[in-house]
Amino acid sequence: MKKFEVTGNKDTRSGFGDGLTELGRTNPNVVALCADLTGSLKMGDFKNEFPDRFFQVGIAEANMMGMAAGMTIGGKIPFTGTFANFSTGRVYDQIRQSIAYSEKNVKICASHAGLTLGEDGATHQILEDVGMMQMLPNMTVINPCDYNQTKAATIAIAEHEGPVYLRFGRPKMPIFTPADQKFEIGKGIMLNEGTDVTIIATGHLVWEAILAGEKLAEQGINAEIINIHTIKPLDEEMVIASAKKTGAVVTAEEHQTIGGLGATVSQCLAKNHAVPMDFVAVDDSFGESGTPAQLMTKYGLDADNIIAKVKRVMAKKVMA
Amino acid sequence: MTSLELSKVASQVRRDIVRMVHAVNSGHPGGSLGCTDFLVNLYFKQMNINPAEWDMDGKNEDLFFLSNGHISPVWYSVLARKGYFQVNELATFRKINTRLQGHPATEEGLEGIRVASGSLGQGLSVALGAAETKKLNGDKSIIYTLHGDGELQEGQVWEAAMYAAANKIDNVISTVDYNGQQIDGSLEQVLAMGDLRAKWEAFGWDVREMDGHNMDEISSTLEKAKADCGNGKPIMLIMTTSMGKGVDFMEGTHKWHGIAPNDEQLADALGQLEETLGDY
Ligand SMILES: Cc1ncc(C[n+]2csc(CCOP(=O)(O)OP(=O)(O)O)c2C)c(N)n1
Ligand SMILES: [Mg+2]
Repeated sequence: MKKFEVTGNKDTRSGFGDGLTELGRTNPNVVALCADLTGSLKMGDFKNEFPDRFFQVGIAEANMMGMAAGMTIGGKIPFTGTFANFSTGRVYDQIRQSIAYSEKNVKICASHAGLTLGEDGATHQILEDVGMMQMLPNMTVINPCDYNQTKAATIAIAEHEGPVYLRFGRPKMPIFTPADQKFEIGKGIMLNEGTDVTIIATGHLVWEAILAGEKLAEQGINAEIINIHTIKPLDEEMVIASAKKTGAVVTAEEHQTIGGLGATVSQCLAKNHAVPMDFVAVDDSFGESGTPAQLMTKYGLDADNIIAKVKRVMAKKVMA
Repeated sequence: MTSLELSKVASQVRRDIVRMVHAVNSGHPGGSLGCTDFLVNLYFKQMNINPAEWDMDGKNEDLFFLSNGHISPVWYSVLARKGYFQVNELATFRKINTRLQGHPATEEGLEGIRVASGSLGQGLSVALGAAETKKLNGDKSIIYTLHGDGELQEGQVWEAAMYAAANKIDNVISTVDYNGQQIDGSLEQVLAMGDLRAKWEAFGWDVREMDGHNMDEISSTLEKAKADCGNGKPIMLIMTTSMGKGVDFMEGTHKWHGIAPNDEQLADALGQLEETLGDY
């Protein structure tokens, strides 16, 4: 198993904030909108450095999405910032009609996604956002895994023409991807080549997949680990090739099983190369209050559960 | 209850609030402290309720909806102190497996809560639905709601405001916590709301104002509003408050909207708040 060096510990939302500030310096068309959560979204630096390109809309997310759509007419590239729940479910039809259907170049940037939001509880812990967003035609859906990748993704989506949903989170997480990475939308990253099973993970679960891979290696199981940061469009080529090689796949994500990365990967494999699969995800339930670590354990979004699922799919593998 | 007695309950509730958020190093003390006097007055003096036999339907009882769900600490404390559930359950606030979720929730059956809130701007709509049901049931009880002033920036609030006036929903008494603060700063800095009174009046509501820290005035304003229910108009009380009221270093600033005091700050805060009913 390849070794991953941890170079720091930061929240992915700070990667977004720092990427946005850098974009402010390099791309004069980038503008930012926020709905009374500037600090939480780490948009303060952009706001201070580019006050003319920062738009505080108040607690009015529907208006923010409509305004963002409008700002693209004439060439601006709007980045909206609020919590993931208020970036998606709250404003679904505004996104659907004014942004996705109208093919507007809006970047919907969503923090505090998933259970790791912690104590605020289920009203804020959206676990359905990836599903909602990837169901929309024209929408690109990205869930980076650490600070560096989130920063790189933020910068990359400004170059991509079309609506993007960029999802990140609140807690500090190990940084293990390179600072100078080039972010390629739609391209999976092969973290570790293996032969026995494939673990495909996104967002905060990528680190758990690495921890699981290390423990599996100690038990003689050679796991292939793929970081899928772009859920839509999915890197089908990489997913299919890996499934052909290992013959069993486990997906891992901080989201509902229904509509998430696992659902998308399983559709891809059902069509192209069906193998035994299992899913590390939240099983049709809302979240609740607790510390991020307690919640990830309680809902099985951790390395231990990835290992358990790996054992299950490996037992089902059809031996040639 | 006299204003003095109500103020003693309020002092205990404020102690509960700062202790609850301190214990989990999260939660929203600012708005909670600012709405304490109002909620104590409402539950201990105004509402016709039966905490011992709480049920979801609340027929022939007054109902309350907290639309600005982030101030759950004050609501949980008031509910516990009024006897909806044991006060020692306040110690579980925001901890895993608790009924006292970060934002109010119904999933675990916590007595006193009839709908989840936390995502802002939805409470008035739910209250109007409950008000229509009361009318259909021939139930003369009153529906109370509370909203943040920043929360009023959500468009849904104004959809509900229009419905209420157009349909003469006159069994609703709403209150807005007019503390002039939200997360990113003052309302003036974030999104100026202009003349709130004129806005609600233009939407067809009967608007009154009160000082949210003067117990006598809260009592008289609520009593008058109750007496005026049934006159064909929804009633809105614009309640001036100070965010963080009762703890000097938390007062009047958005900084304490959503952070908890550390050990030293907790001791300082508790030194300013008399223990009257006994800490949980
Ligand atoms: C729909 C929605 N958008 C954003 C938030 C995040 N949020 C929680 S409280 C708050 C500020 C609310 O201001 P106000 O209503 O004045 O309450 P106060 O800060 O005075 O307690 C915001 C933006 C939310 N909970 N719901
Ligand atoms: Mg306020």
